[in-house]
Formats: sequence, structure tokens, C-alpha cells
Amino acid sequence: MSIDRATVAKIASLARIQMSDEELDRMEPELNGILKWVEQLGEVDTSAVEPMTAVIPNTLRLRADVVDADPKTGGSRRDDVLANAPVAEHGFFGVPKVIE
Amino acid sequence: MSTYRIQGATGEWEVVIGLEVHAQVTSNSKLFSGASTAFGAEPNCNVSLVDAAMPGMLPVPNRECIRQAVRTGMAIEAQINKYSRFDRKNYFYADLPQGYQISQLYHPIVGEGALTIDADEKAGIPEDKVIGIERIHVEQDAGKLMHDQHPTMSYVDLNRCGVALMEIVSRPDMRSPAEAGAYVRKLRTILRYVGSCDGNMEEGSMRADVNVSVRRPGEEFGTRTETKNVNSVRFVMQTIEHEANRQVDVLESGGKIVQETRLFDPNTGTTRSMRSKEDAHDYRYFPDPDLLPLELDDSFLDECRTSLPELPDAKRARYTGELGLSDYNARELTAEVETFARFETLLAATATALGKAEKDVATQVANWALSIAPGVLKALGDEANPANSTAEAQASILKMQDAGEISGGQAKEIYEIVLKTGREPGEIAETEGLKQVSDTGAIEEAIDAIIAANADKVAEYRGGKDKLFGFFVGQTMKAMQGKANPAVVNQILKDKLG
Amino acid sequence: MTELTNLGVKEIRDGVAGGDFTAREVAESFNAAVAAAAELNAFIVTTPDHALAAADAVDAKRAKGDDLGKMGGVPIGMKDLFATQGVQTTAASHILEGFKPQYESTVSQNLWDAGAGMLGKLNLDQFAMGSSNETSYFGNVSSPWRKAGTNAAMSPGGSSGGSSAAVAARIVPAATGTDTGGSIRQPAAFTGICGIKPTYGRCSRWGVVAFASSLDQAGPMARSVEDCAIMLEAMAGFDPKDSTSLDMPVPAWEAGLNADLKGKKVGIPREYRMDGTDQEILDSWERGKEWLRDAGAEIVDVSLPHTKYALPAYYIVAPAEASSNLARYDGVRYGLRELPDGAGLQDMYAETREAGFGDEVKRRIIIGTYVLSAGFYDAYYNQAQKVRTLVARDFNEAFAQCDVILAPTTPTASFPLGENSDDPLAMYLNDVFAVPASLAGLPAMSVPGMLNSDGLPLGLQLVGRPFDEQGVLNAGLAIQQRAGFTAQPEKWW
Ligand SMILES: [Mg+2]
Ligand SMILES: [Zn+2]
Repeated sequence: MSIDRATVAKIASLARIQMSDEELDRMEPELNGILKWVEQLGEVDTSAVEPMTAVIPNTLRLRADVVDADPKTGGSRRDDVLANAPVAEHGFFGVPKVIE
Repeated sequence: MSTYRIQGATGEWEVVIGLEVHAQVTSNSKLFSGASTAFGAEPNCNVSLVDAAMPGMLPVPNRECIRQAVRTGMAIEAQINKYSRFDRKNYFYADLPQGYQISQLYHPIVGEGALTIDADEKAGIPEDKVIGIERIHVEQDAGKLMHDQHPTMSYVDLNRCGVALMEIVSRPDMRSPAEAGAYVRKLRTILRYVGSCDGNMEEGSMRADVNVSVRRPGEEFGTRTETKNVNSVRFVMQTIEHEANRQVDVLESGGKIVQETRLFDPNTGTTRSMRSKEDAHDYRYFPDPDLLPLELDDSFLDECRTSLPELPDAKRARYTGELGLSDYNARELTAEVETFARFETLLAATATALGKAEKDVATQVANWALSIAPGVLKALGDEANPANSTAEAQASILKMQDAGEISGGQAKEIYEIVLKTGREPGEIAETEGLKQVSDTGAIEEAIDAIIAANADKVAEYRGGKDKLFGFFVGQTMKAMQGKANPAVVNQILKDKLG
Repeated sequence: MTELTNLGVKEIRDGVAGGDFTAREVAESFNAAVAAAAELNAFIVTTPDHALAAADAVDAKRAKGDDLGKMGGVPIGMKDLFATQGVQTTAASHILEGFKPQYESTVSQNLWDAGAGMLGKLNLDQFAMGSSNETSYFGNVSSPWRKAGTNAAMSPGGSSGGSSAAVAARIVPAATGTDTGGSIRQPAAFTGICGIKPTYGRCSRWGVVAFASSLDQAGPMARSVEDCAIMLEAMAGFDPKDSTSLDMPVPAWEAGLNADLKGKKVGIPREYRMDGTDQEILDSWERGKEWLRDAGAEIVDVSLPHTKYALPAYYIVAPAEASSNLARYDGVRYGLRELPDGAGLQDMYAETREAGFGDEVKRRIIIGTYVLSAGFYDAYYNQAQKVRTLVARDFNEAFAQCDVILAPTTPTASFPLGENSDDPLAMYLNDVFAVPASLAGLPAMSVPGMLNSDGLPLGLQLVGRPFDEQGVLNAGLAIQQRAGFTAQPEKWW
């Protein structure tokens, strides 16, 4: 299946990557090359195969419901959370005004 | 069958409603991080590095959230999936730091279940109706945007970000705003019984996505719209009314319904199209590679099951059956967790105090709990300290009344003093003279005097004018300043009047 | 003092413990070597003070007679994919330029706890996407190796190319790497060093900038098998913060090293003999078999029938996961923000990501977005995950007949920077031998075998059963002992 330039533009927009016309021109044949190559997977009969879920047999561990049990994954660290923000005001992150 | 219809210019229309209720799971910490879920914290204080989606952060699921979802599923007798998975739902928005919501699409934790909404003649629900529930899945809540704090910016608060939600998806089985309202109320009751969600709609603990379509009765489903995040039962009903009427108008004027996301405006009671979500339809769901499949073992499920309380329908049936309560009382007492909890404590205390079986005092306790006690409390207003209203104090009042030591009126007066002061009811009855006289001597004396003074009425009574019995009772009670035990008065009067 | 930089992990650790030299002397020597090697562009930032502070702490411990730790006194390079508290962490991307994490990754913390110090943050392919170290926003890394008779800058491999270049140039004794589809093994092979990717889940992914979550694994890169064993022991371990972390004790790999392979079977996968593979690579593979036979192993033929499909499956699964993992770089909470006048939120995202991501990252995000998009999920992503199941099954069946698998690490030796950079597919083929073990989560290692006729190193790859890092290390040691690989790049920087 080959994709056209409009599709590349649509996917780029879905991925929130602005693309110039030149970039789209460059990307289109590259993507088609890669997609054509990965499509050889269609040759493999997988009708009786389950998709991989866990790479190494292992089950999901659940944690206890304790607040801030480990400071590395707990809350109450607003300064750390905001430390790298391009815009932080009054304890909030700032973004361009959104109209819902 | 619901007969709710919208009368259009071209005939009748039927409304078809399905609800996706998002219920915040009761837990101390978030679904995938250790940050607190407490409501009302300062902005971004309950945010971990995980919730803020810092590079390299990973989710680790909270056992309690899983447990509560399973218990909720069991409460609606749903299929519990021992194997489920978390999927990522990808979209870009400022309240979604990861750029995806961790949710469950392909393998939800809870499958098919059902919930019964109760008949309510007045609301147009003639009989109990079963509403199908398609699934319950667990997912992350998003953060919050504040639009009115800065002229050119929106502010982002991630405190709610990552709080666990259960999304409870109904079948499109509802046919009127009243049914939808009853469904949300019943669901809320069940969640509160189970303890998996506090049901606090004002704080956003429960909100509904309302799917509405209209059709000619009996025909195929029409195109639906989804109105997001409606946060009260009244608003859910308003949304449906407005949306159904809007759709009928569109269709009757030759238009088509667009499948879209809409927003409810509580100020106007209307819905409008939500443009900001328009291009967000391709969510690119795929299994979250940071999380292995969730596999539940039998001991986990057993614990979930055995920790479930008696549920609303079962409790109501027991109240009418075993306890002999009226259907009305049973319904009132089981509607809220606090109500039945108080009732059952008082019932047990009263039965013990009286040395009787619960079923033999249930009606008395129910009447007290549903009408007498709330009446006194309401009349007192701010003067009352509800904390004084212990089960022990109330049981002791009911015991005195049962033994004929106090009248119904005295019971109320004593309860009033209890509420104001916290004093002990027996002591109040004693000190404040709030006791009935059962001493036959004093009563006989008073009755003799009344008979003597009212020879004409006695003759009339004996001549067959039975109604006059009430007159003698009234005179006796008056003479006894209202403190005579009415049963004793009746008995003596009957004896003396012959 | 320059000879200290010729020492490896074990020699430094034992020398510091034995009082032959101080940890500070070691740190100073390597700091000086790092400063003198700017031409390699192996580092994005250097952190000489971190190295000195850690060394001083080790020296102080020694003075008190305390335990110095598994890596006591060893300064290392840290791939700039690991979050380091207060030290810029970029994943070699403009979008994270200036980002200073307020947290330390589990693996780097484990290393500091074991007495290691940090010489700096090593350059890499942007977001670990690349096989030549030409996608970094901070410039290409040059291999210290040169093709005989040329001065062309050669690729150190990727994505852990800063790590491989630094270890090979002896400006660090060891470095961390991460391997998603060969990113430890391929650069190790290109630069004549050792590198091991352990079983998926051995090293915590917490605090490591994610590329493809189901594949990413950290591991050590060093000049010997022993050094890899020591460092892997320090890096690995159960981490409750990573729900895919293996909850099992870390074996004493260093103590368990044993190059005697009597009774062991080494599998030779016939499907790895691909058209177009360099004859010298095939020759080195033959030598590898001889060395292992010499160590007592029996060589057996095995089949991995889905080998051909591993690479295309990888190029669906990894970009799909990456497209989602990289959605968080949006200009809101950290990193770059591009906000043209009048731009709304969604414009800000698109502009920020356009300016912040390099071409290869964009390419993979677009592919990943496409294969997950409505209508294509089953044909691409689900099919690739099914093929992945088959690839893992192939290994499982092969390991019924052998204990460890021997294969070339790469289909070619290193190439000049720029040679493959305008052909993504040609670049992807570099990882054709490395990717299958990644898809199956298996422990795999590259050890240097020999130099080719151009004087460039060639690596041999060992793949083991899940959790059998020891078997991989032991086979690697057997090769190391017999290959006698002592070649070093001539210093030109
Ligand atoms: Mg919804
Ligand atoms: Zn939802």
C-alpha cells in the first residue's frame, strides 16, 4: 500500500509535527520505501499466532495504595515538577489560551 | 415500557440513551503513581514526576484501584475478566501530559453486567427495568485547564491527572430522561454501597457522557451525539431533553444528525458542538508497552467478593420480607448508605434494649428514623447537635415509649433535649417530669370525678353514643396534665363506663 | 599518570582498593583525557566535578576501611539517555536542550551507589534512533578508529556511539549504553569493545528516556568481558518503580565467569548467513566457532526461520511505541517551546515538535503514527507483534538444542560518517543480526573478534536464554581469551 502526500500531511498533523512542502516532498518517497519493505510481513501466516504481550514471561505487579510511599513517584514536589517549565506562573503551567 | 415520546410536527419520536459514567475510584493515591488524590489541594501539589510525564517515568498500577473496579463489577453481577490489559489512547491536549491516556479498550477488566432501575410511577417508570452494562474499564483522569486567570494564557493544573476512574458504559437501553436519571441515581447508590466511589458529583467524582439519538418508535437507531462531562442527575436529564428536541427539529426540517461531541451549558440548559475535539478521532489505541497484562488470581477475586456488602436490591428485599417494613420505608431506608447504616445500628440497639427480635421492633424504629427523629432535628435547626443523637440514646427513648413510661409526645420532647444537651434520656424523663402516670389509683380518682361531673354524657354513652368515649379520654388526659398512660386510661374508662 | 587511562574497570577497582593509586588520581586522569578528546564529540556535557566528588567519597571510605562498592573509584561515561539529577539530560535532541531532571535514573543511581563517578553525558543518536551516531542534535560522534590509509571520520555505531567511541578511545574505562534493536552491540562491534544487553527487565527503565518501551534495555560497554560482568552487576536489579522489572536477585556474574565450555552446545543459526554479508564478517564467524570449539563447546546447527522478518517487525513495533512515547515532548512542562505570534495550543505543539525533533525522529514518529492509525493497526502493528511471537518461538526452539547462539554482530564493519545517512533502509540493515534478540528480550553480547583488512574491528555476537547472562558472558570470555584482541586505535584527536 503506498501513501500519497496528502496522507503524509494528515499523519504529520495527527503526530503534531509541522511540515513544510519540501519536508513532505522528501518524506513521501522515504515513507513509501519503508512501508513497502515492512509489508513483506504480510507473507507470514500468523492466523494461529497471538501477538506478543510480555517479552519475558512476567506478570504485572500491583503496588499498595499508599500516598508518597516513595518520594520518587509521590506528589508534594511542585517545585520539581515546575522546575523546567517554559512558562510557570502561580503554581500552574502556562499554555496559549485554549477555547473549548 | 416507557411511553416517553417527543411530539414532533410530523409525528412521535422515541429517544434512545446510553450513558458512559466516569466514576472516580476511591483510593488514597493515583492509579499509576503515589501522589495523593485529595480534592482541593493547591495547584500542582498532588503531582508526581510520573503524573507530569517527565522523561523516563513509568506507571505502576495501584492494587486498590483494581480491587475497587472488580468489586464494582461484581456488584452489577458482571463478568470479571481475569485477563485484562491497559491500552494507550493517544491525543494531544494540555491536560494530558503523556500525550496519551492509559485506558482499556481491547480487554477491559469488567465485561457484561446489568443494573435494575426501580419503578417510579410519578416519574413515568411504570415498572422495574433492567439496563444493560456493556463494560467497566479503568483509566486515568486528566488534569484541569483554567481559562479565566490570564488574558492570553490558560493555566494547567495536573492535580487530578492520573487519578483512577472507572468508565461504566451502559447499553443504549434507556428511553426517557427519567430512566437516565434513575439509572445514574441507582448507579451512584451501588457505587456508594460498594465504597468504590464517593459519588460526589459536585466535586466531579461522577460525571456522565450522554449519548442521545432519536428514532421513530420501533425503527433503527438514529445517529447519536455524545455530550461530555455532565455532572449532575438534573443536568443529565436536561441534556437529554434538549438534545432530543434539537435532533427532532433538525430531522424534521430535513437536516441530518452529525455524530459529534457536544458540551452542556448548565446556565442555559442547552448543548453545543465542541470544536476543540473535532480532529481527535484517530486515537491510535495500542497496548501500553510499559505495562504487562493484568492477571487476577482466584484469591484476589475471592477477597473482592467476600468484602462486598449487602447491595441495595437485596437489602430492600430483606427489609420488606424479613423485617416486614412497608415498601415505601424500605426504599427510603436503603437509598443512601448513611441512612441504612444509621437505621441498622439503631435497630440493633433497640432490639437489644427491648429484648425483642429486630423484626418485632423494625416498624417502630423505621418510623422513628424516617419521620419522627428527622422532624425534631429539623425543627430545632441550629440548636441541635446531631452528634448527641447516638443509637444508645434513641434506643433508650424507644424503650421507654415501648414500656409505656413515656408518650409519643414526651419521646419527642426528650429527644429534643438530648439533641440540645446530650443528656441521658432516662435522666431527662425523670428530672423534667416527662413521664406518663400508669398508677391506676390516680387515674381512677380522676375518672371518677369526671363521671360524676358529666352524668348526662355518661347516660348518652351508655345509650349507645360510642363516639363519646373520646370525650372521656380527652377529659381524663386533661385532668392528668397529659401524663397519663393512654392504654391504662382506656382500660379503666372501659371498665367504669361499662 | 596517563597510564591510568589504560586501565579497565576491574584494574581500577582493585587498584584503588589495594591502594596502588587513589580514586581521585584516576578521576583526574580521565577528566584530562576527556578534555583532550573534544574532537571525538563523544560527550554532550562533561561533569569533571561529579567524577572528582565520587572519587573523593571513595577515597574517604577507604581511609575509614569501609566497603568501596562494586565499582568503587571507577569513573564512567553516562549515555545522555539516563536522567541525571541536576545535570542536563537531552537524549541528544534539541527538544530537551537545557532540561535538568530533578531525579536520578535507577541505573545511574545504582552505579553511584556502587562507588562509580560520572565523567559526563555521552552523545548518542537522537532519542537513541540511529545506527551511526549521525542523528544527534549535538553533532556526529567520530569513531577513534580510522580505515587504514584514510583520514575519513568513521561511524562509532549507534545509538550508543558516544559510549563506544569513548571506551575505545580510552577516555572512559566503561560507559552505560542502551539497546533497543542493537544499540549496545552494534557500536561495540564497530569500535572493538565489549557490550552486553541483559535480559529485558534486568535493568530498570525508570529514568531512562524511552524510545520503545518493550525493547529498551540498559547495559554496560567496556573493554573486557570481566568489566562488563562487574558493571552489569552494579547496574541491574529489581526496581518496583518499573513494572516490567524482573523481581529476581542479581547473580554474581563476575564470580561466576568461567571460560571452560565443556558440555556446552553453541548454536549456529543458518538463516544468519545472508546474501550480501561481508566475506570478512563470515570469516570472523568461522574463527568464532573455532575458538568456542577450542574452549570445549560442541558446535551445532540451529534454525531461526523468521530471522528475515525480524527487522521489518522491529521497524513497525519500535516506531509505533516511539510515536506514543515521544508525544510528551510538547513544549508544556519542560524542554523547547516554539510559540509563534498568535499561535494556539495545537500550533505550539506542531511548531515545537517540528523545531525540536531531528529528521530520523520525525520519520519514525510518522511511521509509528501511521501504523497505529485507524484501519492499519491489524495489518501492521498486530501483525508485527505476531511475527515477534514467532521470532521468540524460534529462539525457544533453538535453545532446546543449544545453550548459546553465536552469530556476527553486524553485517559490515564501521563505515565513514555520511555514507549511509541519506538512505534510511540501508542504515536500518545494520541491525539485521542484532534485532532478533531484542525482539525476544534475550541477553546478547558483542565481543571483538578481529580486525578486517581495512584495520577495522569486527564483533561476534552471543545470544543466550532468558536470564542466562552468565552463559553469554562465559562464551564471550572464551572468545576474548582466544581472540587476543589487543588492537587499539591510533590516537589522532
Ligand atoms: Mg466517552
Ligand atoms: Zn473515559
